[in-house]
Amino acid sequence: MSFINYSSREINCKIVYYGPGLCGKTTNLQYIYNKTNPEAKGKMISLATETERTLFFDFLPLSLGEIRGFKTRFHLYTVPGQVFYDASRKLILKGVDGVVFCADSQVERIEANIESLDNLRTNLADQGYNLDKIAYVVQYNKRDLPNVSPLPELKKLLNPTNVPEYEAVATTGIGVFDTLKAVAKLVLTELKRGG
Amino acid sequence: MSGNQMVMFEEEQQQIQAACELLQRASNALAVLVIDKNGQEIVRSGQTEHLDITSLSSLFAGNVAATGGIAKLLAEKEFSGQFHEGEKTSVHISLVAQRAILVVLFDQRSSLGLVRLRVRKAAEALTVVFETLVRKMNSGGKSQVFGEITDDDIDNLFND
Repeated sequence: MSFINYSSREINCKIVYYGPGLCGKTTNLQYIYNKTNPEAKGKMISLATETERTLFFDFLPLSLGEIRGFKTRFHLYTVPGQVFYDASRKLILKGVDGVVFCADSQVERIEANIESLDNLRTNLADQGYNLDKIAYVVQYNKRDLPNVSPLPELKKLLNPTNVPEYEAVATTGIGVFDTLKAVAKLVLTELKRGG
Repeated sequence: MSGNQMVMFEEEQQQIQAACELLQRASNALAVLVIDKNGQEIVRSGQTEHLDITSLSSLFAGNVAATGGIAKLLAEKEFSGQFHEGEKTSVHISLVAQRAILVVLFDQRSSLGLVRLRVRKAAEALTVVFETLVRKMNSGGKSQVFGEITDDDIDNLFND
């Protein structure tokens, strides 16, 4: 749910990075945080376990600049990927404007990706959203690893509706900003259309 | 899209600001914040210069969402208020009009009883404002700005 403040002339939007455990959602945010000018970002918050697994969410506020005199701010969130944190994932999807599905390209994570994508669709529906109508992009992460699935196979399984998709290596930043820009553009375009 | 975006207008913003300033003075609080349920700041008053309001807003919203989730699992409609007691600063959190989170930060110069009392009164005033806001939003007074935005405007935002 975007928040438009005519008084302070701000547009605020929420983007959620979704995907299976250890697919690189937090790494995406960390890269964005590290590469963004200090004046354009707030503090990155990670609610994580002692072993650095996301427990509730990561949060990163970003300012993208002005549109027609309105400051545009994006709040980036990740969900905890581990299966048993489903109640938390549902909460974080509340009020979402755009979703990035971060897939783990490794062959052995195919099923985890499919399960997470099904879970995303179900949890969005619980909040009254439809994955086919919301601003949504797919990222195939970890493309630098030796045991990755071929791209056509991943596309067939994880992106049957052919939304914008990006290959990425979040640890080095490949594809990270392309993914963010794509989803942010889709969010603003949806708002413009009156979503 | 969700179709239920939140819009804030100048007039209601000022009314919410005034209600918060009144609450802050009446409860002798350090600071008062009103936050959208999704974690966006709406107004702040009092001693807030040293606070990271953006981070706090997100965390308070997460806290309220988690507490709401617990209430649901316990078949409660909601837990209407929360209180966190710190050594120096304590926090009172409550939901207003099902849409906003009212946060009062206070120290030993105030008390939980006083804060609760004043919050009740402020919540009544804020509920009226938020109800007006919802009526305004539903009557089409929203998002005029987006009609004017062009694809070029959006593209320009992403030019490095």
